[in-house]
Amino acid sequence: MQMHFEYSVEGGNFSQAGLTSSQVKKTLKQLNVNGAVIKRTVVALYEAEVNIVAHAYGGTILVDIDEEKIVIELRDEGPGIEDIGKTMEIGYSTATPEVREMGFGAGMGLSNMNNNSDLLEITSEVGKGTCVKIINHFKDDNNGNK
Amino acid sequence: MKVAELVEKLELEILGGEQGLDQEISGGYTSDLLSDVMGKAQSGMIWITLQTHKNVMAIASLKELSAIVLVNGARPEADMLAQSGTEGIPVLSTLESTFEISGRIYNILKG
Ligand SMILES: Nc1ncnc2c1ncn2[C@@H]1O[C@H](COP(=O)(O)OP(=O)(O)OP(=O)(O)O)[C@@H](O)[C@H]1O
Ligand SMILES: [Mg+2]
Repeated sequence: MQMHFEYSVEGGNFSQAGLTSSQVKKTLKQLNVNGAVIKRTVVALYEAEVNIVAHAYGGTILVDIDEEKIVIELRDEGPGIEDIGKTMEIGYSTATPEVREMGFGAGMGLSNMNNNSDLLEITSEVGKGTCVKIINHFKDDNNGNK
Repeated sequence: MKVAELVEKLELEILGGEQGLDQEISGGYTSDLLSDVMGKAQSGMIWITLQTHKNVMAIASLKELSAIVLVNGARPEADMLAQSGTEGIPVLSTLESTFEISGRIYNILKG
């Protein structure tokens, strides 16, 4: 089995935030993937998806699923991240006051992504954009012990 | 306990998502920070918040929460309400504060 999906995400459009996560969740459920793995994947993907909406101008989400794993790549056009290490700190956020008012901008998203993926890779070029790669394995024993 | 029983005990107002009233409540989570809920809430929990926009429903659906309680008499925005109906996740409202309603729900679920 080898499935490939592509979704586009519009920066600033909060009314669409989470749609890709919801689609991917449906697909994983149809494939009867282990429930705990679905939960982890949904949390990691949602946070990465919302980060494109909140912090970038737009992007593409590429999803590849095979028997063993799901590989998600989120590529955005945006300001990029200067210091990736700093963004991983809980509480660090550059979200605007409007975005914070909605309850985003706690600076917890990346920590959630980290806690809910087997592999998390972030690469970024300031002034161009950011690429986030998430891999989760479907086998139970890969859960939680990163 | 089912959502409907809690609604009755606490005289919560049902604003939408009636189809979900027979959902079982596994616990509760009180927060207005969305990624806090995303990271910490467990499926089946009832979510107490003052946030009234559509992203609340997206999170409730992704996390499979049992219901949402809006505090201080808050009303949901129209698109949040609409999504509550399509997801079948009840949106409830109380005039009480976050502190009071969380305490009362805690006593009922864990007391
Ligand atoms: N795709 C991105 N493009 C540019 N900057 C980003 C991107 N993703 C994250 N960042 C930067 O990293 C910071 C921390 O991200 P994180 O997701 O942890 O928190 P947040 O989005 O600010 O708030 P929360 O996720 O808790 O709602 C952001 O405030 C932003 O400065
Ligand atoms: Mg974030």
